[in-house]
Amino acid sequence: MTTVVRWAGNIAGDPGIRSAARRYWPYVALLAFTIVLPWLFYDWSKARHAGFVVSLLSQMGLMIIFALSFNMQMGEAGLLSFGHAVYLGLGGYVTIHVINAVRLGQFWLPMELMPLVGGLSGLMFSIVFGYMVTKRHGTAYAMITLGLGELVTAAAVMFNGFFGGEGGITANRILKTSLLGLSYGPGIQVYYLILAWTVICVLAMLLLTQVPLGRMANACRDNFERAQFVGYDPRMVRFYQCALSGFFAGIAGALYAIDYEIVTFDAVSAILSGNALLMTFIGGVGVFWGPIVGAVLITLLQSWMSLISNAWLIYVAVLFIVMVIYAPGGVAGLFMAHVPIWRAGRLSALAVPYLRILPPALIGVAGFAGLVELTYFVTIGSGQGKTLNVFHLAINTSSPAPWLLASGLLALGTTIALSQRRAFTTVWDELAEHIRTKERG
Amino acid sequence: MQTPPAVVLHDVHKSFGLTKIIQGVSLAIPCGQRHAIIGPNGAGKTTLFNMISGLVPPSSGAIELNGRPIHNRAPHEINRMGLSRSFQTTSLFHRLSVFENVRCALLWSRGYRHSIWHPLWRQHELNGTAERLLDRLHLRGRRDIAAGLLSYAEQRALEIGITIAGGADVILLDEPTAGMNRNEADHAVALIRQVTEGKTLIMVEHDMNVVFDLADMVTVLVYGRIIASDVPGKVRADPQVQEAYLGSPVA
Repeated sequence: MTTVVRWAGNIAGDPGIRSAARRYWPYVALLAFTIVLPWLFYDWSKARHAGFVVSLLSQMGLMIIFALSFNMQMGEAGLLSFGHAVYLGLGGYVTIHVINAVRLGQFWLPMELMPLVGGLSGLMFSIVFGYMVTKRHGTAYAMITLGLGELVTAAAVMFNGFFGGEGGITANRILKTSLLGLSYGPGIQVYYLILAWTVICVLAMLLLTQVPLGRMANACRDNFERAQFVGYDPRMVRFYQCALSGFFAGIAGALYAIDYEIVTFDAVSAILSGNALLMTFIGGVGVFWGPIVGAVLITLLQSWMSLISNAWLIYVAVLFIVMVIYAPGGVAGLFMAHVPIWRAGRLSALAVPYLRILPPALIGVAGFAGLVELTYFVTIGSGQGKTLNVFHLAINTSSPAPWLLASGLLALGTTIALSQRRAFTTVWDELAEHIRTKERG
Repeated sequence: MQTPPAVVLHDVHKSFGLTKIIQGVSLAIPCGQRHAIIGPNGAGKTTLFNMISGLVPPSSGAIELNGRPIHNRAPHEINRMGLSRSFQTTSLFHRLSVFENVRCALLWSRGYRHSIWHPLWRQHELNGTAERLLDRLHLRGRRDIAAGLLSYAEQRALEIGITIAGGADVILLDEPTAGMNRNEADHAVALIRQVTEGKTLIMVEHDMNVVFDLADMVTVLVYGRIIASDVPGKVRADPQVQEAYLGSPVA
């Protein structure tokens, strides 16, 4: 016992390990957190996992891979794609066919490696399609990818053999080909499979930002003309980057197929492509972990908000518009803007301005939400014979009182928040100037 | 066998629609020469640069680099054959750091191509080369700042750094001292002289002090034609040049 303690003490005392521990502990803690997370919702009385939470977490994992692979094009290479779901969906279709073939005993492949099937087929399609779409960049690229997405969606409805028509292709993921002896019947096992692949893919994509191809993708994004005069063909840089991003989108597609056991043309649709864009922009294109935050947030909003409010799509849309206008760097961009201020030890200077602007802003948001819910209820909800309840209080939507209250909150909150904005930006600009002069000095 | 001239232009023409920009330019620039191209605004100097570097193809005529035809080649191919250029309006990777700018300019010439197997932080030789280049550009103190946030003169220095980083032996500089004050221009000239040592330099320049200070040969371009091509002293004395370009005798 004492030897173990001494041994552990020696390891903890080793300077190399100590510095590594100091550097990486947040990531290790995050990983540990994601491993225990489903158990926090475990129902011990019934000895059962919370199915909703487990499937939500699984979806987050594969959406993180999908959003990051989208950002390999958007953030890293400056390529706005409206058809990124093509690679996810096609990877998913191939995987679900392979699962069925393995189930029929046509060949053997362990479930743990199934995501590679999706990845390689995503890579194959991104090489074929990518070769065409990367001929152009900028607006033309966005247009071509939009057309490509529509093309593949149309094909998915037309060619029944491969795509299964409107009904899609279904599979049973219980294969008995696991290397670990798992059945992958229970959702929790699928969650850990997705978690493992998410960790692998996040690390791989992080590494790809620190190699010559990734750096030249940044360079071509900033100035493709100049990139030509340091010896690079921007078209080939775009092509390779696009191909690799298709590989990771394909892995997300395979996990999608395993998780849902069905792939329909939704998986290649413009809606899913738009989701990647939404997650990436709300999370932040300029920071590597931005899309991770975006994927978690948007998946939460879509699954959890849709339980609370039928008008949830309106909130997501408004959030997107507000973010793109006022915080083009997304959540990650907002966070990173505070880092230099925090480093300079001046974060406290922002406390009062924030306290003056956030509460009225929240009141405005509450007023807006009230109006949305009232309108939604009057136009659709009441027709279904429901009553509108807020905090277990039945609201009479035909009386003017709730309408006036909501409008009043919206007007009051917004007016106060806007009047405080100038004071906020003054403090912010002073801090920024202070830090800049300090850096120069 | 005699070494061919670094850059040769054979009766090069360029028209945009009906507008004739370059009307029959022939020029041979031997290896190791510092060659300045001067001329009034709209003479076609930048168009000539764009054709040599492959950004726009000539309407007719031929261009050779070290004896090999390049007039049908893409810019990146010409760059790989040993020609590099700078831009009149600063052209950097503005969101990348100063260090990353220089490192990007080194990657292809060091054979990294589109590699995904070489983590950049472990390429000690590459990184060392980039650091030394930063020292030569006097940009060490700016190493981690985004290139877009540099001062104008610093951006111009970085522009030259990116141009020469890949080790090209023919360097085209498009108005390297444009918009600089006297002091900054002197620094830039010293820098250019130092980093183009032993290379062929072709530059477009408006500042006559810079031209007569730096150039071995001066070519005067007026309305897409060469009206004189000689050593600086003779060009300065040429009455035709004085009339067409300088307006009055140079003091």
